[in-house]
Amino acid sequence: MDARRFKDSFSTISIRFSLVFVNAIAFTIAVILFIKAKPILAKTTLSHLLFSSSWHPMRGDFGFFPFIIGTLEVTAIAMILAVPVCLLSAIYLSEYAHKRFRAFVRLVVDILAGIPSVIYGLCGVIAVVPLVRLLGQSLGSPTTGYSLLAGGIILAIMVAPVIISVALEVFRTIPQAARENSLALGITTWEMIKHVILRSSLHGIIAAVVLGFARAFGETIAVLMVVGNVAKVPLSLFDPAYPLPALIANNYGEMMSIPLYDSALMFSALLLMLVVGGFSLGAHLTLLKIERRGYT
Amino acid sequence: MEEKIFKSLMIMSLALVLVMLAGIIVITVYKGAPALTLSMLIETPKGGYYLGKEGGIANAIVGSLFLALGASFCSILIAIPVAFGLQKEYTGWRFASFTKLVLDVLWGIPSIVYGAFGFVVMVYFGLRASLLGGIIVLTLLMLPIMVRSMEEVIRTIPLELKEISYALGTTKLETTFSVVLRQALPGIVTAVLLAFGRGIGDAASILFTAGYTDYIPQSLFDPVASLPLAVFFQIGTPIPEVQERAYASALVLLIIVLLVSIISRLLSYRFSKHIVR
Repeated sequence: MDARRFKDSFSTISIRFSLVFVNAIAFTIAVILFIKAKPILAKTTLSHLLFSSSWHPMRGDFGFFPFIIGTLEVTAIAMILAVPVCLLSAIYLSEYAHKRFRAFVRLVVDILAGIPSVIYGLCGVIAVVPLVRLLGQSLGSPTTGYSLLAGGIILAIMVAPVIISVALEVFRTIPQAARENSLALGITTWEMIKHVILRSSLHGIIAAVVLGFARAFGETIAVLMVVGNVAKVPLSLFDPAYPLPALIANNYGEMMSIPLYDSALMFSALLLMLVVGGFSLGAHLTLLKIERRGYT
Repeated sequence: MEEKIFKSLMIMSLALVLVMLAGIIVITVYKGAPALTLSMLIETPKGGYYLGKEGGIANAIVGSLFLALGASFCSILIAIPVAFGLQKEYTGWRFASFTKLVLDVLWGIPSIVYGAFGFVVMVYFGLRASLLGGIIVLTLLMLPIMVRSMEEVIRTIPLELKEISYALGTTKLETTFSVVLRQALPGIVTAVLLAFGRGIGDAASILFTAGYTDYIPQSLFDPVASLPLAVFFQIGTPIPEVQERAYASALVLLIIVLLVSIISRLLSYRFSKHIVR
């Protein structure tokens, strides 16, 4: 075997090894988190962990219900605020905007998607929290401003770039011919959007929303900074909440000194990984299908 | 009529999104610029710094650069073979798409999960919060971003180019280095910078694993400060002077991230002059 062949087969082996290695990382993370979460799963039932509100780490009583509800509510508020606005923007960019303007907005959105979450959190503390406090006072429910609503608003701003860019991508995979055909039948652009664009990209739109949801669900620092962090089930928009990621981030210091606490926190990390991983897996499978359809 | 209503709604939505996002930058600059002084940039915290006395955030700036550069280096070492390996010369279609899907999911995993995972592993090996721990966790975080962005570019290389190269009797490795690498270089640079920008701004993953210190780390096993955590810790104090420093740290971080993002776009434009399309 000459040197060239040898180099080639050696590199092929190492490249294949690196591929296996990358896949192994994903499974290692899941398996190790599961092993660490096992002690708590052995001691309490899954339904107690998920649906009990009693949170007393010192007594070994871990009910994640307030945290799970907090996460779900803050994410839901963010999605309610972000989804309509982002989809309308994406439709405008795809169907009405000039090509150059579209490229410009895409650039801006890409750059903004890269802004660190701690900066979003900081702006939340500076601008959103006082606003929510004012709003709460004028609506007759006094609040510190560090609340579910503040977290939802900041998350909505953070997921906007994700939803817009994925939705835009999906709209652009629709062949130009489909647009031209329907316009040639004499319908207006809006009718074309309703009957052709939206109908054929329904799955893609859902995927875009799900990816935004997954991003919001696991966001830690920005939410932690504005959401108040009180371990109670929030009853109004102006109540503080305590999402799961914030729980992990705030308590890693104590978790080694209280028995089972580390296991409980790893359980919540595993929960986050499974929920976010599951949703984004579904979204990416859908997008993959759309992409393939685009090529044919 | 309906079209008019919806069209104006769309324009309002887009304007709202752009204003919100511009607001983030404007607020950070407006609050951070007055607090940003030269001594902030070149001094490490002195006694009583966290009560509003003398000092700066040089420890966090240097620490963040160490972390992000180290993690970029490690990620490149792994990402390049993986990205090349996803070509069909090396891997079957099925395994390649599976790997891509795994990487997409990894990209979406919250950084706090990486942080918790890293912390558990470090405790197992008896490693304290350190530069090394931070680099390892950031590498895990940046790897999927890097590989996916590189692969997007490698995939667009025309098949004919590779076939011409193979027709000359080259091996896979030779074609990869002399054709694929050349063609994909702008994309690879962009991918590295994109991942670098993500890595330097992430707080949740290094919260447990890198620690925080007032000093510039001397070895891989020292704890290390970082800009995102500097913002996070300093905004949490009730002292206004310290909060000012959080604004300044945020501005420094924002400038670094925006610079990286702009440079990557300029570089990819420059490098792509010699690309065959």
